[in-house]
Amino acid sequence: MATSVRATSDGDSTGWRSKLYRLDTKASPYAYIAPFFLCFAAFGLFPLIYTGWLSLNQVELGTGAQWVGFHNYAELWDNQFFWNALRNTFTLGLISTVPQLLMALGLAHLLNYKLRARGFFRVAVLAPYATSIAAASLVFVQLFNPDYGMINQLLGHLGVDPVQWSSSKWPAQIAISSIVTWRWTGYNALIYLAAMQAVSGDLYEAAALDGASRWRQFVSVTIPSIRPTIFFTIIVSTIGATQLFGEPLIYGGNSGSGGSAHQYQTLSLYMYDKGWQVGELGQASAVAWVMLLILLLIGAVQLFVLRNNRRKLGG
Amino acid sequence: MAQLTQPVAPAGSRPSTAARPARRRFRPRAGGAGKQQSGGPVAYLFLIVATLLSLFPLYWTVVAASHTDTDIVTPPTPLLPGSHLISNLRIVWDQVDMTTALVNSTIVAGCVAFSTVLFATLAGFAFAKLEFRGRNALLTVVVATMTIPPQLTVIPLYQIITDVGWVGHIQSVILPSLVAAFGVFFMRQFLSEALPVELVEAARVDGAHSMRIIWHVVFPVARPAMAVLGMLVFVQAWNDFFWPFIALNQQNPTVQVALAGLGSGDHTIDHAVVVTGALVATLPLLLVFAVLGRQIVGGITAGAVKN
Repeated sequence: MATSVRATSDGDSTGWRSKLYRLDTKASPYAYIAPFFLCFAAFGLFPLIYTGWLSLNQVELGTGAQWVGFHNYAELWDNQFFWNALRNTFTLGLISTVPQLLMALGLAHLLNYKLRARGFFRVAVLAPYATSIAAASLVFVQLFNPDYGMINQLLGHLGVDPVQWSSSKWPAQIAISSIVTWRWTGYNALIYLAAMQAVSGDLYEAAALDGASRWRQFVSVTIPSIRPTIFFTIIVSTIGATQLFGEPLIYGGNSGSGGSAHQYQTLSLYMYDKGWQVGELGQASAVAWVMLLILLLIGAVQLFVLRNNRRKLGG
Repeated sequence: MAQLTQPVAPAGSRPSTAARPARRRFRPRAGGAGKQQSGGPVAYLFLIVATLLSLFPLYWTVVAASHTDTDIVTPPTPLLPGSHLISNLRIVWDQVDMTTALVNSTIVAGCVAFSTVLFATLAGFAFAKLEFRGRNALLTVVVATMTIPPQLTVIPLYQIITDVGWVGHIQSVILPSLVAAFGVFFMRQFLSEALPVELVEAARVDGAHSMRIIWHVVFPVARPAMAVLGMLVFVQAWNDFFWPFIALNQQNPTVQVALAGLGSGDHTIDHAVVVTGALVATLPLLLVFAVLGRQIVGGITAGAVKN
C-alpha cells in the first residue's frame, strides 16, 4: 500500500527506486531479526544439537566419543541420585517460586497505594536484584550458619533451638530458596505493579459502588486484570527454578554434590557433578537434555493455559 | 516530524491514554485516579518490614566486610560497622586481581548491554510492527529459546573456545551474549503498545527507507525501554556466573569469577574477606541503583513487560 503511494508521488523516476523500495520493505524485517537468529544458531542451536549428540555417546573429558545410543538415558532412569535431583529441583522450585510470587503480588498491591516515600520503597525492594548469585549466596551462607549465623541467634532469642540449616534436608532447602526469593521478589513486584497501573480505575469505581471491600476488589478486579502478567512471571520463574545452580553450588561450598546427603542437589548441580567433577560428559549431556525436555513440557502446558485464558478474556 | 523525537506515548499506555502528555515522575494513570487509594498504617507496616528484609542483607554485607573473621564467627554477630574494611580490602586485592576483574566486568557488561539493546530493538520492532512471512512462528522460536538452560550449551561452547584459543579471554564471554531472547521479547512488548502503527506508515508514505524509520521513529519512541533494557542486561551480564566461571580463569577474571576464587584455593577461608569480596562485586551496581533507582523502577513499572 505504501509502495503505491510512493510510486505516484514520484512519478517519473519509478523503475529501480520503487523496486529497491519494495525490496527494502520485504527484506528489512529479516535483516532486523537476523542478528538474533545468527547468534542463536551459533551459540544456542548448534551447541544444543551437539549436546544432544554427545548424550548418545560415552565421552570422557579429553577422550573421543563412543556411540552408545540411549545408554546414558537408561542409566539415568536407574540412578537414584538423578531422581533425587529431580525431586529436589521440583521442591526447591516450588518453595522458592510460590511464596516469591505471592509476596510480590501483595507487595505490588501495597506499592500501588498512594503513600509517602513510595519511590523509596520501590527502589528499596528492587535493591536485592542488583546483587549477584555469588555475592548473595556467600552472604546468606554466613547468616544461615548453624553455629554462629545470625538467624539461629535470632531464633535463640525467641526460644527456638538451633536449626541445622545445612545438614538437614528441609532447612537447607528453605535456606537456599530464601536466597532466590530475596533476590527476585521485588523485581516481580514491580512487574506486577506495572500491570496494575494499567487497570482502568472505572472497574474499581464500579466495584466500590457495588460495595466491594478493598480485599474483594483486589481479588475480583486486580487479579483477573493482570492475569497475563501473572502467567508471564510464572513461566519465567519456573524456567529460573528449573535451572537453579549457583545458589545451591555456593551454599554447598562450591561442591556439586548438593549437601552431605545430596539433600539439595538440583538437576543442574547433578549435571555439573557428572560432567566436570566425575568427567562423564556424555552422561552430563543426557541430564542437560532431560532438563530441556522438562522445561519444554512445562512451557508448553503453560502456554496452552495462557492461550486458552486469552481467548476466554477475548484478548 | 519534530514530534517524533519525543516518546509519543508513555510506555505501555493503552491507545485511549496515548494523547496524555508524558510526565517524568510516577503518575496515576488516566482514569486511574479512583483506584489510587491511600495506604493505611498497615500498608506502611508491611512495606517497612519488606524494606528491612530487602536491605538488611546488604547492610550486613557492609558490616561484615568491616570486621575480622573472628568477629564474624563469634556470636553475637556484630551489627554495627567495624574498622577493618581497609585491611580486608587489602587482603582481597592481595588474593585476587580485583582491578582486572572490575575492568573486565565493565567491558563485558557494557558491550553486552550495548549490542543486546541495539539488536533487540531492531528485532522487537520487526516483530511488533512489520509484516513478514513466518513472523508468529519465528517469535514463538524466540520465546522458546528462553527456556534453554545455559547448562545445555556449555560443553560444546567450551570446546569451541578451546579450539580457537579463547579460554581465559573475555571475548569468549561477550560473543555468546550479543543478543538475548528476553530483550527481543521485551522490546516487542513495548513497541507493540507504545509505537502507533500509523507513525510507521506515515513515515513510509513520506518515502522513508527502513533505516531512516528506525533512526527517526523507532529509536526515539523506544528510548525509555532501551534505557531500562540496557540497565537490566548490564546488571545481568555483570552478575553472570556460570559461563564466565567455566570460560575464564583467575588470571583474567570477571568480578564474579574473582569472587569464587576468594573462597577456594590455597587460602584458608576468611569469611570476612569473602564477604568483602561480595561487597566489591556488588557495590558498583548498588551505586548505580542509588543514583538511577527511580529511573530504573520507573522504566520497569512503565509496563514494558505487560501481557
